[in-house]
Amino acid sequence: MAAVSVRNLTYTYPNSSEPNLRDVSLEVESGEFLLVCGPTGGGKSTLCRCILGLIPHFYGGEMLGEVRVLGMDTRETPPSKLTPRVGMIFQNPEDQLVAMSIEEEVAFGPENLGLPRDEIKRRVDEALRLVGIENLRGRSPYELSSGQQQRVAIASILSMRPEILILDEPTSQIDPKSAIDIISLVHRLNKESGMTVVMTEHRLENAAQYADRIVVIGGGRVTHNGRPREVLQLESLTGHGVPVPKIIQLSNRLMGTGVRFDNLPLTVEEAAATLGRMLK
Amino acid sequence: MKTLISAKEVSFSYPNGVTSLIDVTLDLYPGESVAIMGENGAGKTTLVKHFVGLLRPVKGTIEIEDVNARSMTVAEIARKVGYVFQNPLYQLFSETVEKEVSLGLTYLNLPKDELEKRVSSILRDLDLERYRERHPLMLSEGERKRVALASVLVIEPKVLILDEPTLGQDAVEKRKLAELLARLHREGHTVVLVTHDVEFAFEVCDRILVMSKGRIIADGPKREIVTLREVFEAASLTQPQIPRLAALLGRVEFPMETIDIDEAERMLTSMIAEATRR
Repeated sequence: MAAVSVRNLTYTYPNSSEPNLRDVSLEVESGEFLLVCGPTGGGKSTLCRCILGLIPHFYGGEMLGEVRVLGMDTRETPPSKLTPRVGMIFQNPEDQLVAMSIEEEVAFGPENLGLPRDEIKRRVDEALRLVGIENLRGRSPYELSSGQQQRVAIASILSMRPEILILDEPTSQIDPKSAIDIISLVHRLNKESGMTVVMTEHRLENAAQYADRIVVIGGGRVTHNGRPREVLQLESLTGHGVPVPKIIQLSNRLMGTGVRFDNLPLTVEEAAATLGRMLK
Repeated sequence: MKTLISAKEVSFSYPNGVTSLIDVTLDLYPGESVAIMGENGAGKTTLVKHFVGLLRPVKGTIEIEDVNARSMTVAEIARKVGYVFQNPLYQLFSETVEKEVSLGLTYLNLPKDELEKRVSSILRDLDLERYRERHPLMLSEGERKRVALASVLVIEPKVLILDEPTLGQDAVEKRKLAELLARLHREGHTVVLVTHDVEFAFEVCDRILVMSKGRIIADGPKREIVTLREVFEAASLTQPQIPRLAALLGRVEFPMETIDIDEAERMLTSMIAEATRR
């Protein structure tokens, strides 16, 4: 069964004259890592809100078509039934941190689910271990760097053991090293725990190699949908607001001049291996 | 050469005791384009806030065109050094984009038609004309950032400081921003970027300054800095992709100073052609 199934979704925010999503159809398989990119204002965040059920329940507006998440029709399901199973990570971790200590922060979700005390403790321990911040448990989230704060935000979602993790530009506020760590963490959760991941990103340098599929959304429509190596190779991407990493741009250009790559390299290491063989 | 901004052994701690700058010394010259890079919390924003007088050094001095900044008000400094905040919400106050962008100019006592001309031209440059009558808070994050930039640029400061300008901007917007900064630079503006967008910094700026834990750990022309792998490591940065490729290939015909994609393409094409001939 598809984890997320979007059919002919057209959505217009209240007081807006134009739809923000136009006839979008899209499936996300259970256990898939889907990367969503495209220009700002193109509809990426709106799509995330639809999957969470925040649209239409909190935002109102006019929604046509259907969104099913884990088999549930979001229009008929209250968000409170969806949120424990679908977790959302925002751009700025400070937007979702509420508690005085990291332990309390991570316990917040399971407490609200009304779980027994020892089960809460088990889940907090597990979540802190998964993101690698057990040593920080007594600290306040506000004394941490934004990279660490983002880890706390992820842990506080993981403690609800969601089946789907949605991340809206989770690395945009943090330094490159911490960004790599966060993306690898998401990759590990996807591979080891089989969590379905839907992530929007502007920086594809780290994410492209882990994604099963890339969807480009622009002007409210899905303009591209395919495996990263196929989508990022396309000339038609130019002008779509997709930040094709330098190494992929270079590889595409070399392929254009007749250099033969078996596969489009997605990382510097892959490109170096292929070019190294050619230059031998 | 005369310096525009000069920091001499500047140290700063926040009231909560967190030390944020330690003995920072640097000179900025007219016409330079400089990127200040470093990990989250390295002191980048704290440093540039000293350049605009929003923070004053606990130790050491800041000079702006050879005048001690301590004797200047924030308003006096603002005419020479423009600062665009990382979060545009900190600097947007007005009900329409047009009013927002005109706000700073109204204090300069310009003739009305000169004021209107400047505002219109900056709105056109930053692709904001169609939002003239809109409320800044009704715009997207990327658009708000451009409004904030416009409201500073319109004052025509000698030094323009942008804090994380590429954050939340997509590829097309980033391209436009790079072109705009290149133009400002050509026209003689001094541009300072605070960023951890490595690719953008090395594309747009000539000089790179790397900070870590409150200190400057490297400062020089980009082709020098780009080869210093340990500096990137120390500041939680990643080396730009093309130099990293060069490092992995380890060939003299493709040196690590190569940053430009056209240059890399030329070098690699001729190397591959050479290898096929053999």
